Amino acid sequence: MSVLVFLDQADGHIKKSSFEAANYAAKIAEQLGTSAEALILGTVNDDLAAIGIYGIKKVHTVSDASLNNLDAQQYTKIIAQAVEATGADVIVFSNNTSGKAVAPRLSVRLKAGLVSGAIALPDTTNGFTVKKTVFSGKAFANITVNTEKKIIALNPNSYSIVTTGGTAEVVAFSASIDAAKVAVTQVNKVVGEVSLSEAEIVVSGGRGLKGPENWGMVTELAGLLGAATACSRPVADIHWRPHHEHVGQTGLAIAPNLYFAIGISGAIQHLAGVNRSKTIVVINKDPEAPFFKAADYGIVGDAFEVMPKIIEAVRKLKGA
Amino acid sequence: MKILVCISKTPDTTAKIAFANNNTKFAADGVQWIINPYDEWYALVRAIELKEADPTAILHLVNVGTADSEPIIRKALALGGDEAFRVNTDNTDSFFIASQIAAIAKEGAYDLVFTGKETIDYNGSSIGGMVAELLDLPYISHAVKFDLEGNNAVVIREIEGGEETDKVALPAVVSCQKGMAEQRIPNMKGIMGARTKPLKVTESVAADSYTSIASFDLPPAKAGVKLVSAENPEELVKLLHEVARVI
Ligand SMILES: Cc1cc2nc3c(=O)[nH]c(=O)nc-3n(C[C@H](O)[C@H](O)[C@H](O)COP(=O)(O)OP(=O)(O)OC[C@H]3O[C@@H](n4cnc5c(N)ncnc54)[C@H](O)[C@@H]3O)c2cc1C
Ligand SMILES: Nc1ncnc2c1ncn2[C@@H]1O[C@H](COP(=O)(O)O)[C@@H](O)[C@H]1O
Repeated sequence: MSVLVFLDQADGHIKKSSFEAANYAAKIAEQLGTSAEALILGTVNDDLAAIGIYGIKKVHTVSDASLNNLDAQQYTKIIAQAVEATGADVIVFSNNTSGKAVAPRLSVRLKAGLVSGAIALPDTTNGFTVKKTVFSGKAFANITVNTEKKIIALNPNSYSIVTTGGTAEVVAFSASIDAAKVAVTQVNKVVGEVSLSEAEIVVSGGRGLKGPENWGMVTELAGLLGAATACSRPVADIHWRPHHEHVGQTGLAIAPNLYFAIGISGAIQHLAGVNRSKTIVVINKDPEAPFFKAADYGIVGDAFEVMPKIIEAVRKLKGA
Repeated sequence: MKILVCISKTPDTTAKIAFANNNTKFAADGVQWIINPYDEWYALVRAIELKEADPTAILHLVNVGTADSEPIIRKALALGGDEAFRVNTDNTDSFFIASQIAAIAKEGAYDLVFTGKETIDYNGSSIGGMVAELLDLPYISHAVKFDLEGNNAVVIREIEGGEETDKVALPAVVSCQKGMAEQRIPNMKGIMGARTKPLKVTESVAADSYTSIASFDLPPAKAGVKLVSAENPEELVKLLHEVARVI
């Protein structure tokens, strides 16, 4: 019996959400009185032994360049082999785009119940029950997994990492690899921008900002805070901002430490994507804006007057 | 070209989220039901566009649900599609639902199965991948753009921090999200026509349920907003730094 975590990589680097998943897996292992191991596919540049600080004892690598891009079918078969070789009973993914593509397939392959969007450690006092978000973050469901093997896909930014000392043993895992059926012909990444789903701070603008030419205050504050930028749906729909910045019920659901909303009314569909943020700040000129009900801090005021002062104060704070 | 679109029924996006039966059931009283937005706006509309581009294409819809689903299935048929299947069951386990869809998909030998990226109530984002594994087909999730090139699909999908373009030979399963298509409103002709389109009801095939919902919780209420004067926005920065410690 052990716990196996899938470490997701892009461009040879392990994604931040995988560190959370690794630490979460180690915690489950501790809870079950066993150890946590990890699997990583593709060629990786990071120091894998260092994964030990997250509580992982052993990292299995399949460093084959044909695995650098995700093919859910091919990945699933390899992960299933690693599950068999390690005897893992609990398999952990980050519930990011890779986890969402692979975990459901693995669930079928291993006849293992899947909880996707988990936000807490399993409750193992009576069976195996995991809390997950439902209704786009407006509620939680406690899901009992009734199968022998269990798969959990952990929501990014929902588990606080606690590192310890230690290095992991790195071993090559020899897997039989099928040819990928999905050919990745192009990858376009927004360079220099913080990834929205992994960002700790998100600065977001709504229709209250009047036009794309006014986004300087959003991007400037984001730059100073090392934050990602986001927007409400109408803002993306009218092409003031790119679609991938749209957060909410029909956009991306995020859970940063700080969500800074400027000129956004706080419609229920918008809140559905951001209400898991730990701290919400709202700048809106309308004291009746629904967003204030979901906020931790707020200023009732004109963003065009308030924001320059906030940016100045942050600049001072950061000594920039 | 045969296309199957998976349609699920979800509460309206403004529905009040509350639970009944000792927090084990969604309180559905007075709730307006809609087609899951990802299924309607993106999966279904893109499939309709493919059929418009190739009138020989066959477009089928599938819903796993009780008779309560029929209004949303009719609405989907009003938007487009030739016929629909409803698998008559109210089981909520993802693997069980995926098994039903896979059985219909196998029977119909579809070239393409579209799902939404996720249901807005369960937020599983799992059924597409499960169906793909059950059918042993490639799966492309989070598609924002989909085009056909002969027997291949060229799909742009979202990845962390960007997009990637994938090429895959059909048949395949694709989960759809924003970008795939633009929302449509059914017209009168569609609504009239939908009444007579076949809606076939089948019973479920045997499949296990891997999970069950033990209970629901609502998030704890927020303490209430702390307002800072617009005259003194610097105070906000100070609070975020010193009290909330988030910057
Ligand atoms: C099925 C469905 C799904 C949806 N999904 C989403 C979703 O995923 N995400 C999403 O965001 N929306 C979604 N919506 C739309 C949602 O209902 C709202 O219409 C939308 O969020 C409003 O965007 P907004 O707050 O930017 O604009 P508005 O509602 O126009 O609000 C602008 C706000 O800016 C304030 N303001 C104006 N001028 C200033 C100023 N100078 N300084 C400060 N404040 C100012 C105003 O007081 C107002 O509160 C969905 C709707 C439906 C029906
Ligand atoms: N009961 C259902 N009937 C038909 N399709 C469904 C059903 N439930 C989910 N789906 C499809 O699977 C997608 C993902 O659902 P989920 O895994 O629950 O988030 C949805 O967007 C639908 O396209």
